[in-house]
Amino acid sequence: MTSLANSHDCRALIEPARVHSRLYYDKGIFEQELERIWHKSWVYVGHVSEVPNRNDYVTKSIGPTPVLLVHDRTGQITLLLNKCPHRGNQLCAYREGNRSTFTCPYHSWTFSNTGELTGFAYADGYNGADKTRFSLGRVPRVAVYRGFVFGSFASDGPSLEDYLGGAKASLDQLLDNSPEGELELTAGFLQHRTKANWKFLLENETDGYHPAFVHGSVFQVTDSSIGKLYGPQSNALTRDFGNGHTEFDLRPEWRRLDKPLAWFGTTEDRLPDYTEAMKASYGAERARQIMIDGSPHTMIFPNLFIAEIQLFVLQPIAVDETIQHVTALQFKGAPAFNRRLRQQTMGSVGPAGFLLADDTEMYERNHRGALISDPEWLTLSRGLHRERRDENGYLIGHSTDEVPQRGIWRHYASLMAA
Amino acid sequence: MDQKEISTVPEPSGSRRGSLLERVEQFLFMEARLQDTHAYDEWEALWTEDAIYWVPANGATNPEMQMSIIYDNRSRIGVRVSQLKTGRHHTQTPRSELARIVSNVELVEQTRGEVEARANVFIFEDNLRGETLWAARNEYRLRVSDTGFMMVRKKVSLVNNHKPISTLSFLI
Repeated sequence: MTSLANSHDCRALIEPARVHSRLYYDKGIFEQELERIWHKSWVYVGHVSEVPNRNDYVTKSIGPTPVLLVHDRTGQITLLLNKCPHRGNQLCAYREGNRSTFTCPYHSWTFSNTGELTGFAYADGYNGADKTRFSLGRVPRVAVYRGFVFGSFASDGPSLEDYLGGAKASLDQLLDNSPEGELELTAGFLQHRTKANWKFLLENETDGYHPAFVHGSVFQVTDSSIGKLYGPQSNALTRDFGNGHTEFDLRPEWRRLDKPLAWFGTTEDRLPDYTEAMKASYGAERARQIMIDGSPHTMIFPNLFIAEIQLFVLQPIAVDETIQHVTALQFKGAPAFNRRLRQQTMGSVGPAGFLLADDTEMYERNHRGALISDPEWLTLSRGLHRERRDENGYLIGHSTDEVPQRGIWRHYASLMAA
Repeated sequence: MDQKEISTVPEPSGSRRGSLLERVEQFLFMEARLQDTHAYDEWEALWTEDAIYWVPANGATNPEMQMSIIYDNRSRIGVRVSQLKTGRHHTQTPRSELARIVSNVELVEQTRGEVEARANVFIFEDNLRGETLWAARNEYRLRVSDTGFMMVRKKVSLVNNHKPISTLSFLI
């Protein structure tokens, strides 16, 4: 395999149903991913509800790069880079706040939160220089889909809606769970560090094969029937939306049960205010269907994971280090529901979560395994013989099949070849 | 501290006779040992029925509204311990090797039947991932019981809880 060992062209490392271990640990490939994926594709940055007021800002990221998500003085959502154009100093040292200007602590250059330089200290030293030459760096393309803010470092490319494609329906499905059709991310993020390549996380998010084994301990002690949704008898589906977006679709199981809010392990009479608000907003029939279908389980490439009750953002830091940022989904107009969403989220995810502690243990063991040379190739062939197309033309498979992972790698290969 | 009040606090089980501070310290050291040695049942038995076990994130002050790393009531403490005891909680299979130092113990307040205390904790963890150091400022509310003290509330403020942290699956 000497030709592979000396090359950073990773196309030879990806086949339709197997991938080479090097994709997970090679620093050169990671650098290429930053250039061809993270600093080019649409990447999820944050949600408008995190900056509700004019002049609010919060520190987010695109890959390892910190980005200021700003609700600027003109009312626009903008993504600024946290670097003073003078000497490169970190402009803003706070994670979040409300301010209309940023002043660099090094030489006191001051910028409007729209990015323009408004003043030099001791301006005569610049001899009337044109201040417009010294604007803050910004993410050139910003687009918002129903409150979800995405950024792309590429100055041109597909529109966000084209990029989201079929996964847009998952975001719509999610927002239907709010009586007001809106999400509010107000509970703050847990930040969970893992010594593993980001793609192990990406692949696991819609892997329906692992829960019975990795999460068996939780299903056992909580006497949960959720485990069965991931077993061989499950009618749930795995789906490849294209563009690297994938889904674990539990709706066939919820529709079989035909009980509103069963997806959340509860009933209408235990959330009466929510149920009433849903019926008032959508009408009884549509509200019932929404509450049966529940919230999606969808991974939007490369970093936004809607996990039914939580929102995860994956952030690669290095080839062997990834941060999982996670918060409880909060539906506007549903306070009693939101309280339970927070409680369940705190129990299941984050560094001490009943579920994510074990997932993250697997990521780290995966990563260490990848470093072992034999066998070099890792297989993703499960269900290859039974994958098929749904009515929209998307590839689907059995709940435990590796349809999503093959889809992720197909898209990855197309980006890395570009 | 009111000497008469203090003298009404019984000795914690297994501890030597001593001042209230010494008896609180003995209790905290025992709790640390039960955690370090994964003595799950004995540790769970320290909690009262109205217990709250809280590990905040982002310096948050309102666990009812903001995400915490851990925010367990008594029932959820039970689930946490049960999961550890299955032998299938992979992140603790094999278990972390642990030693912690509990120090800077201060008594904060004594009310009828309860004592509030503070301490700093420094923990060395070794597991499959490698070695991890944890530092926290802890706050305890202890209730006097027939057998000594029980824990009503334990708040563990990791000093770096506004930053990304590794999996925290041992009892902190």
